[in-house]
Parts: sequence; structure tokens; C-alpha cells
Amino acid sequence: MASPARGNHVWVGSETGILKGINLQKKQATNYKFGDAVLSRHEAVTTMCWGDPYESEIYVGCLDGSVKLFSTEKGKFTESRDCREGEGPFCGLAVLDGSLITCVQSGLLKVWRDTSSENVEIQVGPGVCRMCQNPEQLHRVATGGKENCLKVWDLHQPQEPIFRAKNVRNDWLDLRVPIWDRDMQFLPGSEKIVTCTGYHQVRLYDPSSPQRRPVLEATFGEYPLTALSLTPDANAVVVGSSRGDVAVIDLRQGRLVKCLKGFAGSVRAIQCHPALPLVASCGLDRFLRVHNLHQKRLEHKVYLKSRLNCLLLTSREKWENEDSPAELQSDVKEEEDDEIWNSMEVVATKRKAETQPCCESGNKEPRKDKPSRKKKIRKAES
Amino acid sequence: MAEKLGKGRTSQKAQHNAEKAEAVASPGEGQGAPVQPDQVLFPPSFSVSEIKNKQRRHFMFLRWKQQQRKEKLAIKKKRKKEREALGDKAPPKPVPKTIENQRVYDETTVDPNDEEVALDEATDEFAPYFNRQTVPKILITTSDRPRGKTVRFCEQLSKCIPNSHVYYRRGLALKRIIPQCMSRDFTDLIVINEDRKIPNGLVLSHLPDGPTAHFRMSSVRLRKEIKRKGKAPTEHQPEVILNNFTTRLGHSIGRMFASLFPHDPQFVGRQVATFHNQRDYIFFRFHRYIFKNEKKVAIQELGPRFTLKLRSLQKGTFDSKFGEYEWIHKRHEMDTSRRKFHL
Repeated sequence: MASPARGNHVWVGSETGILKGINLQKKQATNYKFGDAVLSRHEAVTTMCWGDPYESEIYVGCLDGSVKLFSTEKGKFTESRDCREGEGPFCGLAVLDGSLITCVQSGLLKVWRDTSSENVEIQVGPGVCRMCQNPEQLHRVATGGKENCLKVWDLHQPQEPIFRAKNVRNDWLDLRVPIWDRDMQFLPGSEKIVTCTGYHQVRLYDPSSPQRRPVLEATFGEYPLTALSLTPDANAVVVGSSRGDVAVIDLRQGRLVKCLKGFAGSVRAIQCHPALPLVASCGLDRFLRVHNLHQKRLEHKVYLKSRLNCLLLTSREKWENEDSPAELQSDVKEEEDDEIWNSMEVVATKRKAETQPCCESGNKEPRKDKPSRKKKIRKAES
Repeated sequence: MAEKLGKGRTSQKAQHNAEKAEAVASPGEGQGAPVQPDQVLFPPSFSVSEIKNKQRRHFMFLRWKQQQRKEKLAIKKKRKKEREALGDKAPPKPVPKTIENQRVYDETTVDPNDEEVALDEATDEFAPYFNRQTVPKILITTSDRPRGKTVRFCEQLSKCIPNSHVYYRRGLALKRIIPQCMSRDFTDLIVINEDRKIPNGLVLSHLPDGPTAHFRMSSVRLRKEIKRKGKAPTEHQPEVILNNFTTRLGHSIGRMFASLFPHDPQFVGRQVATFHNQRDYIFFRFHRYIFKNEKKVAIQELGPRFTLKLRSLQKGTFDSKFGEYEWIHKRHEMDTSRRKFHL
């Protein structure tokens, strides 16, 4: 029931169409393909998102317009559906009440309900680079792209965007400033949205205020910013550029806090862990890197053989314990009857108390192994 | 005899140590004053460079140098003797340590049995060339207003590469040249940059969808400057040798160079173009070979020679502002070890 795929910490989608699961603790990377199909570049993974809040399913959007469902519990692809509508690759994927939201480059945002008559279609304008969902209000999504300013849509009222950003004022030569939003994210606990642009700006929009222009703008470097992610405390944002420069920028003052080192090529995706001070990033240089945000130290560096397009980082907090199978099974159970656990908090704490000794025993086992190995070696010597 | 030899060696050793302590050791120490082995030897404050008389100093220095040489030869002779005495049982000669064979392990080194990399390479931008769907057609141009050496270099380079055309740049922007090249079925674009009349950069762009590599170019020698060169290269399609492109990045670069030359070399021409990678520097040579007899081959150099160093590899055609880089050389971050190589 619990496959080793459940223990993977990072999921990476590659340009060759392979989904890779990486267990950083064991330092293992596993390739997952859909069926026995011969891989090609037409099936390159362009976007990914979690299928449910327990992270047991992953939706994988491919270049050929198909969306595949990967189950981390079974460790294989379970479903594939054709969501080819509009043109261009997927630039965003999200899940709302069990139905899929897709957005393609040509600007068609579509909610795929069970019956086709209930499908919601929105034209968000051409040249979309990213669509992103508000993690707190799942029916709200933001879109933005090249010459397509930031818009926030409420999927219950798809006629008009609830927020439409306004371009910044003309520059000192009274020329229009071009628009190119490359990536965006909602700030938790507020309606604010942070975006990064292809003209190396980081902007903060606040739909709740009457101002439609960005409330804060910062610039970093001279090259297009391709990806961003909020840090766990949501006070800063990690941005990556097309040249492989990654920096942490403070969102209160718009100041550069620190730079992360070790990148050789363009960064395609960045994701911070929601609780731990870790940030994972991948890109065209074929490496997955995990940095510590506090110490700026490179914690893990994994070579994954293909160019990497997108990644998902697990939000679990205990990285070490999940190797023990007992823990795994309890995790699965928890998902199955989650409501029961919610109703019985006392039991949940007990369970924690129970699991601790079991993981200790899990830790002890290798210790026991070691002396036996030594004995073996001695025997061999004698 | 043996004892004497041994004693001689100890004194030599003592002197050797003293020399180590001093930058320039005293020459008279070994022969002049007899060394007592029990005595503690302080590094003598005397050195050759302290002799004020120039003639004398020179003389002493020569003597010291001679002595050093003698010692070295003696050790060498002794070793040789030992090896001969052991005969077949002699231990194998130690391999000298070089930067290359002490190279830091690179995890991107391509394993020829790796399916995923093979698949990646089979479907990359060079696949049409390697599947023999396209024939290379190359445009060579320069930076604006090229001067003497660069112009001649372009001509000679186009002699090496079959089906290549040299065009005057005419102040055109690369971004406008590239669509024109594509419409005329060019498969590659080479731009040679010059600085103070000396070619110093090379941009190699594969068309129609990239990648674009940017090299620093140095040590350019034209045909005229090469000694013992052969007669001018013929029109035959040359063979291509690619050496030491082992990592994933190296493979991409190697494939890029390979796709400049047509398939099926004409062996009648006996011409070879070599791209040899050593310590991340790529050396280009153009030779003609001849078989003297069954065992011996002679080569003569023909064309221009130059050295390239990769600075960046960019996905897509040339776009220095908004292009995405696949690899970029960052000196202060990457060059942490002399034994780390990227190609």
C-alpha cells in the first residue's frame, strides 16, 4: 500500500517528459513514466500541482496538452486526460473542489467539471506566462504574462476580473514601461500578490487597497527573473533569474537580503518549504539544488540528467522519520479517515507519542547492524 | 665501498636539508667543511648570493649547479640499476600526477549505457543532423568592420569547413541576421569577434532553434604563421576528431562542433579537423596525414589553429538580453579548484 514513492521529498518534471521523485535522505532519484510509452519532447512536463492537500496525488501538465494524474501512494500514473484547448503549453494548473483548472499560453483558462456543460471558460488575454491559485481562497486565481498585466479572477464570477493591475507610470523619458509578468504568488493572510517580471522587477500588488499600481517595486540584477517563491515567514521572496542568479528580496523594504550561490544555468522553478528554512530550485543546468535559507548553504545537489522545468516540494516537516514503514502506513490511514482524526485530537497526540518510540527503534536498527558487520569483517580477516 | 657511498649520501642529504631551509644554499658546505653527523646543523647563514665578487659568485653558482646535476644523475642511475637488477619483478613505473588525472569527479560524466541521456541526445536540437535529415550549411561573419587578421582568418576557416560562406557583416544586428539565415536554410552561424585587429571571440549558433555557445578565442595562428605547413587544403570533406568531451555539457558542445561538418568524410583528401579538449580549453587543428608504411603515419598542419574556451551556452538562438542560459561560466563561484573541469 505504501510505496517508496511516498517518501520522496521533491518531485521534478523534466523536459524529456519524465517525472522524477527524489528522496534526499536516501539520496535516491526515481524516474516515473506514463505507461510504456516511448518518451519524446512533445510530452515535456510544463507544470505540476498537488492533487489534494495530503499530497498523495500530483497533476502533471504536459506539452502535448494532456494532464496526467500521478499517485504517490501507488507510485505510478493512474489517469491521463486530454485537456487540449487553446494553444501553447500549460502555464498553470490547479485543483478546485476536485475539478481541474488549466491555463494555456494563448490565454484560455478553463475549469474542467465532470459534465462538459458546467465547464467555465475565461479568456484572460494572450501571452500568459503563469496562472497561480490562492492557497487560502481556492476559487481565486491570478494570471499574468507578456503584455498581459496581472489579473485576479474569481471563478464563481468569471465575467470580469476582481482585480486588474495597472501598468506603472511612464519612465523618465515618458515612454511606456513594457509588461512581462513571469511568475506570481499570493501572500498568505492577505490579498497581496507578489510578481516577478522579465524586466528584472519584483512587484507587490495589493488588491484590497484602491491603488491598482504596485505598492512596492524592487529590481534585482539585469537579467529576466524567471521564478519566485515566498519564504516561510512571507516577509521575503526568493527570485531566480535566467542567468542562474538567485536572491532573497525583502518585501517590506524591497531590499536585497542575500544571494544563493551554486547555479550554473537558468532557474525554472523555485519552491520554499512552508515551515523549514529550505528552498528547492531546478532549472536548465539539470541540477536540483536545496539551499538552507538561513545559512545560505547548499544542502543537497542532485544531478537529474535532463533539463528540469518544474518542481514540487513536500510540505512534510519530519524528513528523517518517514523511512520507517510504520510511520508510512499511519500517514496513509490518516488520509483515509481524516475526519475522525480531526474529531479526536487527544488520540492524535497519543499517536505521536507512540510513533516516537517506533522511529527510535527504526534508528536503532542500523546501530545493531553495525557490530554484526564488524564481526563479519573480523571473520573474514581471521 | 658501500659504506662510503652511504656516508656520501647522508652528507648529501644533510646538505639537501640545509638547502631546503635556505632559499639559495651554500655551495662550499658539502665539499669544504667536513660535516659531523652528531653535530646539530644550523642552516648556514652563508649563501652564494652574498658573495660580493661577481666573478667568484658566478663561479660558485656554476659549481653548485653542477653538483646538483651530478646528484640527480646519480640517483637516476641508481634507480635504473635497481630496476635492471629486479628484472621482470620491477614495480611498475609510477604515473606522474597531473591536473587532468587528478581531476575532481564530475557527476555529469556521461555513461554510454545511460538510456535517459541517450534519449535526451536523440531528441535534442542536433538530432536532425545526426539523423541525416539536414546538410550543414554554415554562415561565417564577423563583428563590424573586421580588419586584416580577422578577415584572413574567416577565409581560412571557411576553407576548413565545407559548405561555409563568408559574408560581410554590414552593420547588421545578429537578431536580424538569424531569421534571414533560417529562410536561406543555413544550419549554423559563426560570428568572429575581434578586438584591436585580433580575433578574440567566437559565437556559434545552431539554427533554427539553438543552442548558442559563446567562446573566448585565443592563440589564433593563420596559415602563414605556421611553420612546416603543408600545401593549401583541398575541397575534400575532412574527417572530424572530437577528444575528451566527457561531461553532459561537453557532449552538447561536441555535438555542436560535429554538426558543422558533413557526414561521410572523403578519405581521399586525408584531411582531419581536430577539436581537442584539455582542461576546458578546446584546441582546433587542421591536418593532412600520410601513411609512410604499415606502422608510421606522418602529419602536416594545414589550416589555421586556435584555442577556444567556453563562456556560456544559451538555449535558443542568440539573445543576450532575454535568452535563457543553460550553462554560464561564473569564475568566482565555479573555479574553486584547479582540478575541476566542466567539459
